[in-house]
Amino acid sequence: MAAARTLSLRQRDTRLAMGMVLPAILYIVLLLGIPIVLAVVYSLNDVTTGSPAMRFIGLRNFQGLLATPDFARAIGNTFLITTCTLVGVLILGTIQAELLMRPVRGKWLIRFLILLPWTAPASLSAIAWLWMFDSTFSPLDWILRGLGLLGHPGALFGDFDNAFWLGRSGLALFSIILVNVWRLLPLGTVIILAGLNGVPRDILEQAEIDGAGYFRRLFHIILPMLIPVFGVTVLFTFVFVFSDISTVFILTRGGPANATQVLPTLAFFTGVQGGSLGRGAATALFLLPVLAAVSILILALIRRREI
Amino acid sequence: MKAVDDVSLEVPDGEFLVLLGASGSGKSTLLRTIAGLEHPSAGTIRIGGRVANEDPPRRRNIAMVFQSYALYPHKTVARNIAFPLEAIRLPAAEIREKVEWAAQLFGIDRLLARRPRELSGGERQRVALARALVRTPTLFLMDEPLSNLDAKLRHAARREFKRLHEQTGITTLYVTHDQVEAMGLGQRIAVMNDGRLQQIGTPDEIYHEPANIFVAQFMGSPPMNLIPDGGWLTGFHPEDVFQPDGPVPDGHYPLPITVQQVEALGADALIYGTLDAGGAELIFKQPARTSGGLAAGQSVTFCVPQTMMRRFDARTGLSAGKG
Repeated sequence: MAAARTLSLRQRDTRLAMGMVLPAILYIVLLLGIPIVLAVVYSLNDVTTGSPAMRFIGLRNFQGLLATPDFARAIGNTFLITTCTLVGVLILGTIQAELLMRPVRGKWLIRFLILLPWTAPASLSAIAWLWMFDSTFSPLDWILRGLGLLGHPGALFGDFDNAFWLGRSGLALFSIILVNVWRLLPLGTVIILAGLNGVPRDILEQAEIDGAGYFRRLFHIILPMLIPVFGVTVLFTFVFVFSDISTVFILTRGGPANATQVLPTLAFFTGVQGGSLGRGAATALFLLPVLAAVSILILALIRRREI
Repeated sequence: MKAVDDVSLEVPDGEFLVLLGASGSGKSTLLRTIAGLEHPSAGTIRIGGRVANEDPPRRRNIAMVFQSYALYPHKTVARNIAFPLEAIRLPAAEIREKVEWAAQLFGIDRLLARRPRELSGGERQRVALARALVRTPTLFLMDEPLSNLDAKLRHAARREFKRLHEQTGITTLYVTHDQVEAMGLGQRIAVMNDGRLQQIGTPDEIYHEPANIFVAQFMGSPPMNLIPDGGWLTGFHPEDVFQPDGPVPDGHYPLPITVQQVEALGADALIYGTLDAGGAELIFKQPARTSGGLAAGQSVTFCVPQTMMRRFDARTGLSAGKG
């Protein structure tokens, strides 16, 4: 009591504030700070899962990586998958959101169904997709065969009975992008939908009176006003896909022959399964500057366009 | 639920008509219906003699200024003003010329490169007007365009609207809930209540010859006094009374009251009192210098010229002419 009485109100406020912030700081330090520091330390040392001994080797892990063709391929794949997913989510998300804005009977049911893929656990949905892409029993193949696009000489998807979605390098990449778009489309749609709902009715009506037809309103008023919202969608999608390991890990494990390897899977295979922790940490660390740069860029863009 | 019911309104070419009513009276709905933003369940809308019911807003060649001004936030002032012209695919050179003309008309040419969020309320309003005017519409619709401005700017903007209308002669429908705005701006005023048209006439008619009790009580601040008198109500404006020097002169109606409260408002004073006979609550408005001696509790006799008195049927509320 005596001690408490000598504290000024301001000091007591400070003490309370510290107490309130402490759990968050602890959480960030323990779950984010330490692993990142550890990754940096590992990447500069020769460490293996086999022994706790560390030998400082400077940037040799990174130099080694840059010399590996797999690493270059993983970077290329990561960017390719991320970019294609982004474009797919933005275009399809805008179309979906725009359609969902219209007064339709049972709109809530449609919205619910559209959100469903996002709520499904990644592993569960990826396994469902594994069946869709199965080399023998793929339902996609049934459909293509039924349409006459597969399984006879001169067919668009080849004369085999199966397309081997995950077995051919190009198709495997396409399949991964497809699943990623499927997973992220709901989130993108909901964000864009929120943005569309945020466009004031006055402004749309004003545009209508000012003589603008549907497409002029869409491309000159609505979409430009949604740029900050698109920024958020791009940021979420980019960070999510760029650092996502589950889709590739479950569908192809980086195969066939590293054709779909991305940075997170490569880091996991080198660092954890291959045992060279140092090399794996260096691979994973390569994600960091890219993610940071993209985040800063997009947040700056959003701030500049803020209205 | 009908927002607007059985309203028939004809606006001659070049007129400045004010739709006046409290919020929820249907005045905005009526305006939006004329603009084509709402669809009437019955009736005809003619613009320039042509039935416009099936025309989308963009085919009606109207311009509208919203209460919020609805400027396009991502476009510069110049692009905002140019938007209606771009929509009718005017050549770029002509657009530039017209935008400059409209900007000069409203004195906003130095703001052309700015975005709406960098503008003050008054500037935004000018941009909205410039954008509305740039296409030379056949009909100007304004939905409470002054209510986002502070009192001083509002005064200046009223004068500007008047000047603008005199210069362009474009038929204007102007919605407001502010009777001062309506009186000051309108060549004619249409008073609305509950989705119905109560009266339409010149400001003078509306003020001095109200068609019913609603209009009588809506116009003027404070509103018209009403004294029950058998099956009739006798009404007169608070500023039409005066305190006679001696006995009540001929042709004047005596109003002996007990003063309840005196409110000095600078130029004027409001005198709240109860009529000694019948106890009706009355409000008088007098120049502050002539009411200096009055205090609560005092008994005093005012009078009102009989020519200033109006009679209303207490049952129907309709005017029965001069009292």
